[in-house]
Amino acid sequence: MKNIPISAQIGLFFTGIYFFMAIFAPLIAPYGVGEIVGDVWEPASSSYLLGTDNIGRDLLSRMIYGGRTTIFIATAGTLLSFVIGSILGFFAAVVGGWADQLLSRFVDLIMSIPTLIFALVVLSVMPVTIPILIVVMGLLDSTRVYRLARAVAVDISVMEYVEAARLRGEKTGWIIFREILPNALSPLIAEMGLRFIFMVLFVSTLSFLGLGVQPPEADWGGIVKENKEGIVYGIPAALIPAFAIATLAISVNLVADWVLNRTTSLKGGRG
Amino acid sequence: MSEPLLKVRDLKIGATIFPPGEKPRDIEIVHGVSFDLERGKVLGLIGESGAGKSTIGLASMAYGRGGVKLTGGEVWVNGRDILQSKLGDIRALRGAEVTYVSQSAAASFNPAKKIMEQVIEAAVEQKKFSRNEAEARARTLFAKLGLPDPDNIGDRYPHQVSGGQLQRCMTALALCPEPDLVVFDEPTTALDVTTQIDVLMAIKEAIKDTGVAALYITHDLAVVAQVSDDIMVLRMGDMVEYGSVDQIINNPQEEYTKALVSVRSIEHEEKTPNSDPVLKVDGISARYKGLTHDVLSNVSVELHPGQTLAVVGESGSGKSTLARVITGLLPPRAGEISFAGRTLSPELAGRSRDDLRELQMIYQMADTAMNPRQTVGTIIGRPLEFYFGLRGAEKRKRVIELLDEIELGEKFLDRYPAELSGGQKQRVCIARALAAKPKLIICDEVTSALDPLVADGILKLLLNLQKAEDVAYLFITHDLATVRAISDTIAVMYQGNLQRYGSKSEVLSPPFDDYTDLLLSSVPEMRLGWLESVVANRKMESAGN
Repeated sequence: MKNIPISAQIGLFFTGIYFFMAIFAPLIAPYGVGEIVGDVWEPASSSYLLGTDNIGRDLLSRMIYGGRTTIFIATAGTLLSFVIGSILGFFAAVVGGWADQLLSRFVDLIMSIPTLIFALVVLSVMPVTIPILIVVMGLLDSTRVYRLARAVAVDISVMEYVEAARLRGEKTGWIIFREILPNALSPLIAEMGLRFIFMVLFVSTLSFLGLGVQPPEADWGGIVKENKEGIVYGIPAALIPAFAIATLAISVNLVADWVLNRTTSLKGGRG
Repeated sequence: MSEPLLKVRDLKIGATIFPPGEKPRDIEIVHGVSFDLERGKVLGLIGESGAGKSTIGLASMAYGRGGVKLTGGEVWVNGRDILQSKLGDIRALRGAEVTYVSQSAAASFNPAKKIMEQVIEAAVEQKKFSRNEAEARARTLFAKLGLPDPDNIGDRYPHQVSGGQLQRCMTALALCPEPDLVVFDEPTTALDVTTQIDVLMAIKEAIKDTGVAALYITHDLAVVAQVSDDIMVLRMGDMVEYGSVDQIINNPQEEYTKALVSVRSIEHEEKTPNSDPVLKVDGISARYKGLTHDVLSNVSVELHPGQTLAVVGESGSGKSTLARVITGLLPPRAGEISFAGRTLSPELAGRSRDDLRELQMIYQMADTAMNPRQTVGTIIGRPLEFYFGLRGAEKRKRVIELLDEIELGEKFLDRYPAELSGGQKQRVCIARALAAKPKLIICDEVTSALDPLVADGILKLLLNLQKAEDVAYLFITHDLATVRAISDTIAVMYQGNLQRYGSKSEVLSPPFDDYTDLLLSSVPEMRLGWLESVVANRKMESAGN
């Protein structure tokens, strides 16, 4: 542990706290997620640490449960996008030819439509449930991952060790997972940190617009939406989720930076 | 006696290394080297990679590359200690009094600017000449260096001239500001032997005509013997021997110098064809996608079991393409390859697992031929697992056997390629090829990226393995000394054609065709005056010119 730089320690600490609260939300949160416990927009007090929201629910509990939903959706969406994007990207780079053309042009097509608008259109005709939200966000974001994975893998697939594997008669699967993946990991992990944060912002945006997580479930974008009128009266409730999103973004990226440094070290990346 | 131009006293150079997981620490890479260089003389610095020769060369411009720091000693140029000078004074020195010629001209020229602009840049910047004077001087230098069309070549872009010509342009660049000292850092190492001669001759004449002093850095003793007056032999940052060319070549004192002088003295009895050929290449023509001419035309060669066929030629002669055709990476346009009695499918996808197993390949750059994220054990173990289904302890045992065969041993099992030296990496690649129990190994320039002594070790290993395993080698190289050392049969390639083909004794004995003669005579020999005698007797120019 002593080799972890201070910035990464801070990042790990805060990321850890957020994930811990997300996982153990029911144990930590003082009140239930939909429980009305007090007046509308009560100020912070010893019983309501962050005050109450627009209909008198405990804001801290809402934040903790909301963080759970937001982080879960963002994590699942990121994982989905990375699995799909990087496998397809590696496949395109290794196989090349028409398979590459077909996939790449299809991805170009998807990317030419603004992601948010695409998501809004799809979600307005589909029932908005959490699995659907994850799949839609994951698929849309996988186009970005595909681009990166393909670009990285094209460089690696012309290396002689990949040629040696081809000459040995290895299957495409081995070449992708054993020869290319370990060498493409560091840029992908760095991208993963960034993509996770975009996912958090994306799901928050969707919820703010009313097409994301549906009430009474809480999520950070939804909490902003519910409390936005309060800002006019000087009530800070809407700013708290924004603060949470910002700190989560910074801490995840501090960790991603450190992982990137570690995996690109000279010693063949064992760290 | 007047003060020498360059006086180096007890020069110490250090660097900070950052081992992962440990505290950064300082190491010393040059431990106190001293020498003098008179005006108009040439000092050759020679040593293996890591000997500190380039670092010393750059120190004479008070420059430390990367994290390198000049930690102690004195470097006197024209009577002042430049290690104590202020940055402004050093700037006035670089590009005016001391200039530099690097190994790779192609990487050092800015591809977006015309050659002339880059050649005169330092001279104009340092206010040595006006723009017009500098251009006139550059044209004179172009002519002196034997470049074609010296009046207009400066208007070309770097990619529009050949590698050998670009290296001469770089020499013109260094000589243009009328420096007192030029540092040549391996100026001919990246060139073909046939081109190397022209560049060497041009550099030598230019040094003589302009009367500059030069530091000539190289790992090739035979080359440095042609151009220098004195030679300093370096090893691991220490001076091993320092003397006149004559003394170093003809009467070396230290063991290490003796080893360098006698390098490439492997003797190999030529074997006669004994049975059916293991590889028969019949009338192969091939071209790359998008080209309108054949890179290989109608090439036929044979290779017998347990023997070595050397394919020689300069870059662009099609020798590596031949390897790609045989391995199936580039299907030929015409012709047939039979291997171990079977006709090989032209496409890689159409070959059986045994075809693939029995035909292995070793690459020039061992660095890129091994996956940096796999351990030596995984790299060597994979063919065992893939072809023979060995697993667990059985596989481990066989990997250790192979490691012993390549003279590395069990302790290398868990190392990563980044933790190996160049020669060790190449050995691991050899073990990986051997693991498949091949009948034929294609060796593509396997020793050209290595220091001469290390290369010697690899060649000896290959010969021993050939005896033990009865494997045939198709040995692709541009280095005739290597060919002499290991081949039974030789194929000389020139611009995609088979120029000369036969047993070693046939090919290497007269009468020669013009190209073989050029190739043979271009191999630097470890004697004084060799360069002049060769240039005087040449019949043709190399294709790279």
